[in-house]
Amino acid sequence: MTHPQTLFDKVWDRHIAVAETDAHPATLYIDLHLIHEVTSPQAFTVLRERGLKVRRPDRTLATIDHSTPTLINADGSRPFVTEQAGKQVEMLLANAAEYGIETHGWDSDYRGVVHVMGPELGATQPGMTIVCGDSHTSTHGAFGAIAFGIGTTQVGHVLANQCILMRKPKTMAIEVNGELQPGVTPKDVILAIIAEIGVGGGTGYALEYRGNVFEEMSMDGRMTVCNMSIEAGARCGMIAPDATTFNYLKGRKFAPDEYKAACEDWASLATDDGATFDKVVTLRAEDIRPMITYGTHPGMAMPVDALVPVAEDETETKALDYMQVTGGKAMMGMKVDRVFIGSCTNARIEDMRAAAGILSGRKVAAHVKAIVVPGSEQIKAQAEAEGLHELITASGAEWREPGCSMCIAMNGDKAAPGELVVSTSNRNFAGRQGPGARTVLASPETAAAAAVMGVITDARTLGAAA
Amino acid sequence: MSFQPLKTVTSKTLVLPAENIDTDQIIPARFLTVTSRDGLGKHAFNDWRYDEDGSETDHELNSDAAKACQILVGGHNFGCGSSREHAPWSLTDYGFRVVISSEIADIFRGNSLKNGLLPIVIEKRAHDWLLDNPGAEVTVDLDACEVRLPRNGGTYGFEIDAFSRHCLMEGVDEMGYLQNQSDAIAAFEAKR
Ligand code: SF4
Repeated sequence: MTHPQTLFDKVWDRHIAVAETDAHPATLYIDLHLIHEVTSPQAFTVLRERGLKVRRPDRTLATIDHSTPTLINADGSRPFVTEQAGKQVEMLLANAAEYGIETHGWDSDYRGVVHVMGPELGATQPGMTIVCGDSHTSTHGAFGAIAFGIGTTQVGHVLANQCILMRKPKTMAIEVNGELQPGVTPKDVILAIIAEIGVGGGTGYALEYRGNVFEEMSMDGRMTVCNMSIEAGARCGMIAPDATTFNYLKGRKFAPDEYKAACEDWASLATDDGATFDKVVTLRAEDIRPMITYGTHPGMAMPVDALVPVAEDETETKALDYMQVTGGKAMMGMKVDRVFIGSCTNARIEDMRAAAGILSGRKVAAHVKAIVVPGSEQIKAQAEAEGLHELITASGAEWREPGCSMCIAMNGDKAAPGELVVSTSNRNFAGRQGPGARTVLASPETAAAAAVMGVITDARTLGAAA
Repeated sequence: MSFQPLKTVTSKTLVLPAENIDTDQIIPARFLTVTSRDGLGKHAFNDWRYDEDGSETDHELNSDAAKACQILVGGHNFGCGSSREHAPWSLTDYGFRVVISSEIADIFRGNSLKNGLLPIVIEKRAHDWLLDNPGAEVTVDLDACEVRLPRNGGTYGFEIDAFSRHCLMEGVDEMGYLQNQSDAIAAFEAKR
């Protein structure tokens, strides 16, 4: 009997091209490299300067998402926020074409936020190593892949060599067992985990989410959870592949031909009984409630109906001042200016359904500007086939073109200084959604409830729609 | 990308004591539409340094004294958040060669090492001293892996991966190292 191994160890071991020693890190082979317009141009410049080729264009996929407008002009053109943003998109398309990289640009049915697109294409698979110049690459860990964000220099390394240099991280198990209360979503679970371990709690670790709560979760929910692993400081978070994973991937564009054999192999990746983690954190499912953030990082999160914790140091005081909230007081009832439902955290079909479910038959409060931004062309098409966009627009919320939009606010979709935004994205850093904008992270349900009530609301308390 | 080799840096420190300074603070996303890496220093900590109308605030980062500092001391968990390499690019373009904190986020640390910016995680006592003594003239010795504090502040060791240290001290980058492994990479591809 071989030594019991964790899911992470098994996938890691399969990708060692050159083993790690004291003198140098491991050379880790990368199965899938996703690229987008923001973090790749300087990497292609380095390739050109050095006269290098892309080693495996067949293991590289490109899309445009970060700087893309979510509106279309009447004449069909796209209203880029600046000329430079438009140039950045053009450069991605030109670079990808020049190096023979499959690209999902304006004319593709698959264009979307890079971490929504990969799984939809079935390019994301269990047991893979996946990188992208974007920290929320951890999303793909939902399939049992080792997936993490890299910087632009490493984007260049992977383009040229299909490998990165990396030392093996430690492993941490996050176990959540029990029964979630009604109205508690995957977003609430991950916000509760980050509040528990802290924004630096996962630094140096690869996380594995374990327990019946994750086993019973859909792929959409698992992706929401793994997406935010980075917000706890961990570069990657994984969930063991199982029947839910295999059913999701079946029939997708890049799914393996010998599907049954592939599934058998994937099933063998689960952490062995008796394998040990460097650290274990346990939460009880029953204790988790719908969550919101009250400060300026995702660890400053609390149940929606709780009181803002009293600041314990200068940094926390500054955060509460920025958010214009008061320790010891509730946030429920606070006036909301904007609502953003979107991002690679919560812009998949289940999120669209959840938002539409609450907006349906209701009206967005007169003073609130709410936008719903599907994660990809696929999601947009499916939501429209289900009629969700009609429920959304009838409420007064806007239905936009796919993209990152207000998650990173670099395409022109942003809040004004001082505005309070309830957002389903992943970062509430000061200014993330526009200089001076205040962000409250929440689930699609809580965000939609805030839109219709015009104030921060516990979605569970909304009565039946009129 | 190559950079000046880094062996010893002696400089006054610039102290930004806030905890969890994220990369959105270091370089806000709206400056990420650039397609080159040069000239980002003027946007380092942009929203701390400029008002909405673009005029300079009285933040000390705008002072000439700050611009001469090569060592940045940040509060706990410096560099968390986005993986944007624009963060270390903006810091090195501003003039920093060393960042010291009691904790530095993983991706930012990796990105820094690849761009000639030395991230140092130092024990709490030394970190507290640095926070309490802004502007102190500190020596960072990468050869000895030591931070030497003036005025009897003491000397503190720090850890750095041997490979990263070698790359920084020689001013070489990892691309060449990986290129040299192409046979091993090809062999790996062939056997799977
Ligand atoms: S939606 Fe947000 S977090 Fe996701 S890839 Fe886009 S900018 Fe990054």
